[in-house]
Amino acid sequence: MARSVITVIGYALREGLRRRVFLAVLLLSLGFLALYGVGAHFAFRDAGGFAEGEAKILDPKAFTGATIFGMAMFTTLFLGSVLAVFLTLGIVRGDAESGLLQPLVVRPIGRTTLLISRFLAAAGLAAAYVLAVYGAALAITWQTGHWAPDHLLGPALALALAVAIVAALSLLASAFLSVTAQGIVVFMVYGAGLTAGLLAQIGHAIQSDTLHSIGHTASWILPFEGLYAASLHALISNTSGLTGVVLQLGPFGGSEPASPALIIWAFIYTALVLALAAAAFARRDL
Amino acid sequence: MTAVLAARALRKSYRGKEALVGVDLEVGAGELLGLLGPNGAGKSTLTKIACGLVRPSGGSVEVLGRPAGSPPARAAIGYLAELFRFPGWCSADELLVLHQRLCGSAGGASERAELLELVELSHAAGTRVETMSKGMQQRLGIAQALVGSPRLLLLDEPTSALDPVGRRIVRGLLEELRRRDVAVLLNSHLLSEVELVCDRVAIIADGKLVQEGRPADLERPRGVEVETANGVRLFEGAGHEEAPEIVARLVAEGERIHRVEVLRSTLEDVYLEAVRGRTG
Repeated sequence: MARSVITVIGYALREGLRRRVFLAVLLLSLGFLALYGVGAHFAFRDAGGFAEGEAKILDPKAFTGATIFGMAMFTTLFLGSVLAVFLTLGIVRGDAESGLLQPLVVRPIGRTTLLISRFLAAAGLAAAYVLAVYGAALAITWQTGHWAPDHLLGPALALALAVAIVAALSLLASAFLSVTAQGIVVFMVYGAGLTAGLLAQIGHAIQSDTLHSIGHTASWILPFEGLYAASLHALISNTSGLTGVVLQLGPFGGSEPASPALIIWAFIYTALVLALAAAAFARRDL
Repeated sequence: MTAVLAARALRKSYRGKEALVGVDLEVGAGELLGLLGPNGAGKSTLTKIACGLVRPSGGSVEVLGRPAGSPPARAAIGYLAELFRFPGWCSADELLVLHQRLCGSAGGASERAELLELVELSHAAGTRVETMSKGMQQRLGIAQALVGSPRLLLLDEPTSALDPVGRRIVRGLLEELRRRDVAVLLNSHLLSEVELVCDRVAIIADGKLVQEGRPADLERPRGVEVETANGVRLFEGAGHEEAPEIVARLVAEGERIHRVEVLRSTLEDVYLEAVRGRTG
């Protein structure tokens, strides 16, 4: 079985790397990192003036670094999610309709093994991509402004787990939906998650418990959003004083630390989604 | 004869529409069974149930005594779907390597070389699938189905994209498989081809098995045709045994006989009679 898993992962990776979308995401990533580098350079250069007079109580470097790096994390999660969705696009229904799946499924490896292997390949590639872009953004931020987040590894791992969840959701959608419908539905779910996160931020800023609890609930229903919020929180979790307060009023408002329960739930959630996808795949006539 | 494939009272319905209605069918070791029928008769459904792609609604299918779709049953089969696609970026050799790994074949490079030679694609081992003609892809599909030396080969319209030379290659291949004791279920619309290579024929219409037997046994006498100086006369229903008597009678009547031919129904006649003009 291990040999079959490795074979399918290898096959899926080769197929994924040959998809044009992978090249497109790489080019977009280079474009984003270049733009981010330019933006970070000017942001750090001009931040001193922004905080002039209040320099003693507001750390311009921390404020600028956290803000632009938070934006980089949003883009990293978005691009990683795009990659995760496209790497899982049409894996079940799409490939069955095109006749690509049947020659593989008749082999004695089992449908669940095939599905899990495809997930591992897609999630692994998307997570590696996220870690690479996160690392590049971190290096650019340090190089341009000599600022680093309060936690280095935690946010990166949270983002990697978040794109793995998106990959699992996309795989589940592929068992039921055609390729186009799968892409639309998964991106709508992704958008719904981020919207819930924004509602939580707004709720935090205007001190609305209802909005905040909507965001909190959504982060459990769609844990990729909770992980993203937690990764944002980890950037500034040790930042105190006026800088911390100002950041909490901005893009970091409403973010909560990654509790062990959320991390455990994220893994259980992924396993449940994959189990549902495997059950749907097992029952499907090809 | 031990059945390599055995379907018993097999039923399948798709959302209330019956695709197979109590089909009983067996294929023995080294036997080549041609499965005929109009479009939508249930041939592909039967083939897909046999390889575990479709779940039956009732009855059973066994491959070498194991339930169809179970890992041991799948390890014993090779399958080429009617509509198939291989990854365009794969070369012929890479595709066979992939399937060797998936079915646990230890045949290595020698098995791949032999399979490519069998389908006359040795020259295309390094050629990418996306640059191959449809006919080459279909022959590669047959080679892929043979990876791991399956005991049962399920071929769904394997010659639909082949030119006459390609079809002859596949016919030769099927005869070679018979020599190797491989059971073959050949699903085809090409009656002449089925007649040429198959040991037995099964005709399915509306999900039911309506005719089954050896091609020679299914054929029936159609009459005796006699060409005389006064024209061609057909004695319907007469057969080989009646021919001398017919000739003697005509000679006695003063006719001059130029040609006598005992006519038999072709597989096409048998098929058309069995399906009664039904078409999908």
